[in-house]
Amino acid sequence: MRTTVFDSGALIRWSGGSQAMTTRLDNTEIPEPSLLLDEDQRLVQALKAGDEAAFMRIVSLYHPAMRRLALVYVADSAVADDVVQDAWIGMLQGIHRFEGRSSLKTWLFRILSNTAKTRAQRERRSVAFSNLGSADDDDEPAVEAERFQSSGPGAGHWLTKPESWQDLDERLASTETRRQIERVIETLPPNQRQVIILRDIEGWESLEVCNVLGLSESNQRVLLHRARSRVRRALEQFFTAA
Amino acid sequence: MSTEDLSCQELVELVTDYYEGALTPQERERFEKHLVGCRGCRNYLEQMRKTIEAVGKLTEDDVAPPARDELLTHFRTWKQRNGMSTTA
Repeated sequence: MRTTVFDSGALIRWSGGSQAMTTRLDNTEIPEPSLLLDEDQRLVQALKAGDEAAFMRIVSLYHPAMRRLALVYVADSAVADDVVQDAWIGMLQGIHRFEGRSSLKTWLFRILSNTAKTRAQRERRSVAFSNLGSADDDDEPAVEAERFQSSGPGAGHWLTKPESWQDLDERLASTETRRQIERVIETLPPNQRQVIILRDIEGWESLEVCNVLGLSESNQRVLLHRARSRVRRALEQFFTAA
Repeated sequence: MSTEDLSCQELVELVTDYYEGALTPQERERFEKHLVGCRGCRNYLEQMRKTIEAVGKLTEDDVAPPARDELLTHFRTWKQRNGMSTTA
C-alpha cells in the first residue's frame, strides 16, 4: 500500500508506516520502510559488539561502490581512497548511535557523500555541484532533434530509424564496450553520473538513491533519463562507426 | 492531455518514466499503442534496454589488500579506544 508524501518539495513514495520523512544533509538517519534485511540487522549488532568478520563483510559489500561514488566528487584516485577510508572511520565512530531506522547502506553512503563533498571543497577540485538536486543542468533531449522529421504530416517521427541491436549481444558484452561505457559515464555531469552509478551499476532502489542523494523521485528520474540517454547515444555512435 | 497519437520524438522522452512505472495508465496506453505501430521506437526501446543491461554488467575490483589492511587497523584501533577486546 503506497502513500505519497510531500516534504518541502521532495516527492517520496512510502510503503506503509506513518512516520513523516525528512531529508537531511547531515548524517542523521532517514526512516525507511523495511528495506532492512535480516542480515543487515545482524551485521550491525555484530559490528557494535566488535566482531571483525562482520566489519570485513560490510567492507566487502560496500567498499567498491563507495570508491566509485567518491570518484564522482574527487577526480583523483588516491584522494578517493582517502575519502572512503575516512567514511569508514566515520561509520565506526557513529555506529553506537545508529538506531537502524534507515538501512546501514543508506546511512553509510550519506556519510560517504558528505565526506566526499567536504574533501572536494578542500581540494578545490570540486566539480560543479551547485545545483546538486536540480534537474535543470541542461535541456538536452534524449535524442537529437535532427533524427526526427521537423515538419509536415510526419512531424516528430523518425527520419533515420534506430537499428535493431538483436545481433549485437556479443559486442555488448565485450571488454571494449564496457570500457566505452565507463568512459561515457566518466564524462557525465556529476548529478547524472551519481544516479546512473547507484541505480544501474549498483542496482539500488529508487528510494535508496533519493535518500542518499537528497533528491525527489521525479528529479532522480530526470537525471537517470538523461544519463541513460547519453550512454545509449554513445553506444549507438560506437556501433555505427565500427 | 492530447488524445492524438504520441510522436516518436515524444516517446523517447518518456522511456525512463515507462520503465519506472511512472506513467499514468492513460499515458502507458498511448505509449504502448505507439510502439505496436512503430518499428523505429521498438528498436529504440530495445537499444535502451540493452544499454541498461550493459551498464549493469560493469563490475568493480575487489578491495585491494593495502586498503583492507588499513581498514583492519582502523577497526582494531577503534575497538581498543572503545574498550573492546582486540582478540575476538
